Amino acid sequence: MIDEQSTHTLNSDKAGENALLADVDVAIIGGGVVGCAVTRRMALEGASVVLIEKAADILDGASKGNSAILHTGFDAPVGTLEWECVQKGYNEYLEIHESLNLPLLKSGALVAAWTEEEEARFSEILKKGNENNVKDLRLLSSSEALALEPNLSKDIRAAIAIPREYVIDPWSAPLAYLMQALQNGGQALFNAGVIGGEFNGSEWILKTVRGTVRARYVINSAGLYGDIVNKDVLGASDFTIKPRKGQFVVFDKAANKLVRSIILPVPTKRTKGIVLFPTIFGNLMVGPTAEEQDDRDDASVDETILNDLHAQAIKKLPALAGIPVTATYAGIRPATERPEYRITQDKDRNWITLGGIRSTGLTSALGIAQHVHGLLTGQGAEFRKVDNPSVPFVPNLAEHLPRDCDTPGYGEIVCHCEMVTQREIKAVLESEILPAGSLSGLKRRTRVTMGRCQGFYCSARLAELTDGKFAKPIAVGDANE
Amino acid sequence: MSEKLKHITCDVAIIGAGPAGLSAATALKKEGIERVIVIDRETEGGGIPRHCGHPPFGILEYKRILTGPLYARRNVKTALSSGVELMLKTTVISLGAEGKLSLLSPDGPIELVAKRVLIATGTRETPRSARMVSGNRPLGICNTGALQSMVYLKNRIPFKQPVIVGSEIVSFSALFTCKKAGIKPVAMLEEKAGTSVMWPIKYVLNIIGVPLFLNTKITNIAGKDRVQSVTVVDKNGKEREIVCDGVLFTGKFIPESSLMRMSHLEIDQNIGMPRVDRYGRCSDPSYYVAGNIVFNPVKVAGKCWKSGQIAAQRIAKDLANQ
Repeated sequence: MIDEQSTHTLNSDKAGENALLADVDVAIIGGGVVGCAVTRRMALEGASVVLIEKAADILDGASKGNSAILHTGFDAPVGTLEWECVQKGYNEYLEIHESLNLPLLKSGALVAAWTEEEEARFSEILKKGNENNVKDLRLLSSSEALALEPNLSKDIRAAIAIPREYVIDPWSAPLAYLMQALQNGGQALFNAGVIGGEFNGSEWILKTVRGTVRARYVINSAGLYGDIVNKDVLGASDFTIKPRKGQFVVFDKAANKLVRSIILPVPTKRTKGIVLFPTIFGNLMVGPTAEEQDDRDDASVDETILNDLHAQAIKKLPALAGIPVTATYAGIRPATERPEYRITQDKDRNWITLGGIRSTGLTSALGIAQHVHGLLTGQGAEFRKVDNPSVPFVPNLAEHLPRDCDTPGYGEIVCHCEMVTQREIKAVLESEILPAGSLSGLKRRTRVTMGRCQGFYCSARLAELTDGKFAKPIAVGDANE
Repeated sequence: MSEKLKHITCDVAIIGAGPAGLSAATALKKEGIERVIVIDRETEGGGIPRHCGHPPFGILEYKRILTGPLYARRNVKTALSSGVELMLKTTVISLGAEGKLSLLSPDGPIELVAKRVLIATGTRETPRSARMVSGNRPLGICNTGALQSMVYLKNRIPFKQPVIVGSEIVSFSALFTCKKAGIKPVAMLEEKAGTSVMWPIKYVLNIIGVPLFLNTKITNIAGKDRVQSVTVVDKNGKEREIVCDGVLFTGKFIPESSLMRMSHLEIDQNIGMPRVDRYGRCSDPSYYVAGNIVFNPVKVAGKCWKSGQIAAQRIAKDLANQ
């Protein structure tokens, strides 16, 4: 650790552009779910690591808007690295989630066929599931599907049950991964976009906007900017990011009791299609769309598309018609010109690129991290595994498990819709390991303002609690009396 | 979870310490009802008027013109001096059959059993999300409730030059708040051909200097970190961009019936309001409603206060007939 001050602080710019911010075995560029998982894995394997993130907090790109499903990989392309990473990631999540206090909602999923054409594809899906070693798929008749999910439209023709598709917390999981890395000697740099770098034959000197990082190995997990990082640092990229937007509509928690399972569509070649699914936070969601666009940051929503999603959800689950909408948002997947993961290793330059990790990334991240470790040791890197690694405690945000407010002494409830306490918010703002770096980071870690009133009741109190904490605050000034 | 569950019983539990809830509580005590408890999740009682810094409040109730905060305090004081118990910072988690409520307080969970429960949880404005408005989701987008609590309770402002969406009574309340706080709205937008308020709108808008655009709908919000502009379209389909640093979504009130939706009580799905009989009683007859949770369109504080009085009479009569 070279610059103690800059490691865990968010806005320290005192280092200057040439200051050495970190000198490590492995530098990971990009704090999405994949970057956080790789940082954790390498820290646990005994490498000195630094995560370099250009935003003020983790999960600021593709990882902030996904479907939060833990996939079995039943429909992954057979025999691919994606399938392998999904299965490994799935298994590791199940192994570690309890110790990290990460929730798991054992929802199960149904692939629902609403037309004859869709039903005709079932044999193919069943065969693929079998080939992918997901052996517990079951074909259900219309009445069996309705017995399981009585609120679904009676138009359902048949379904395939996938009992081990689960719902998880898409933000607490990567947070826990990074926290574990930091508790075991890792570093994280924020507001530190990578702008270039040089390899001297044995190690990298990476240039960031805040200073330099020396590392023997570099992992590019920059997501939506993965190709740009490769171009800026390596001089070329063998793939191009084709941003794919997905819009979602979130229904009020009153909808949650209407359906237990994740309702999957029959997938097409381009996308998994529009899913209807319970969230770990107790809502019900519909989405995502799959819209190709050039912009890597434009996560705008569109009234026509949202209304269409809303209508599609009601068609499948008619009782949703009377349920209010809580939120709308969009996420952007880092798709490329090809469907598969773009994972490559440049052994001569000690560089690994993790490109094109789309919707399966939340599940596969832990598997990708194992794979990265394998690639590094495969090229001769040696690390000494950490004995008895420190395990972080990540507060639970899942609706079905005890929350902070269930333990007395919380001060006050700040956000009533999501039952977020003053104690919880304070803990995240004042965390010594990894404080929230932005308002959206705070929201992802506490759920504050993310409920049905969208800040009607708590914005004022939140503005007060966060005053002076973030570069982009809620309040822009004082009211002049 | 290991904490001991506290048990409380009372005659009438009232959920919500706004004008309707406090009015009903005071009236019930006057009717001789012994134990009346008002539960509110906020740190202070009084409800929405706490952050409506302008008059006129209290004409019907106290025969004088008060500002919202003074009116709210007066309602609390009157209730307390009548012997009403006020449980603040206490959240109702669920409504059970026959008046059994699960509560959560900073000191732990409470089980409260009341002979009758009055739900007076009021109403809130529809947020941007539920209006399905297109565009980005930067900072600077909020409802009147958030604006007014920020200005009147915390002395802070969320934007300096917003557009105001809507032209209901509350939209003008927001306009006054803006003026008071030094916020300069750049436009007021109304989708319909006219505003829904009775008084001389143009006059007020002219005084404050804010243009009103009728038949105008917001079709996009632009801005990365903070709102930079909005796109609006008029009835002829003509689009234009308005530069601003915030969007204030006013009105389109929806009943605060979330608790009821999650409970055994019946909801009229079309309007999101509880199903009640002619006595204001819910599908479980131990539950009553009063105030803005059942008013459509939403009414001013004085009408909610009156509604609380009526509910109190019915509940007192109901208890007497037991």
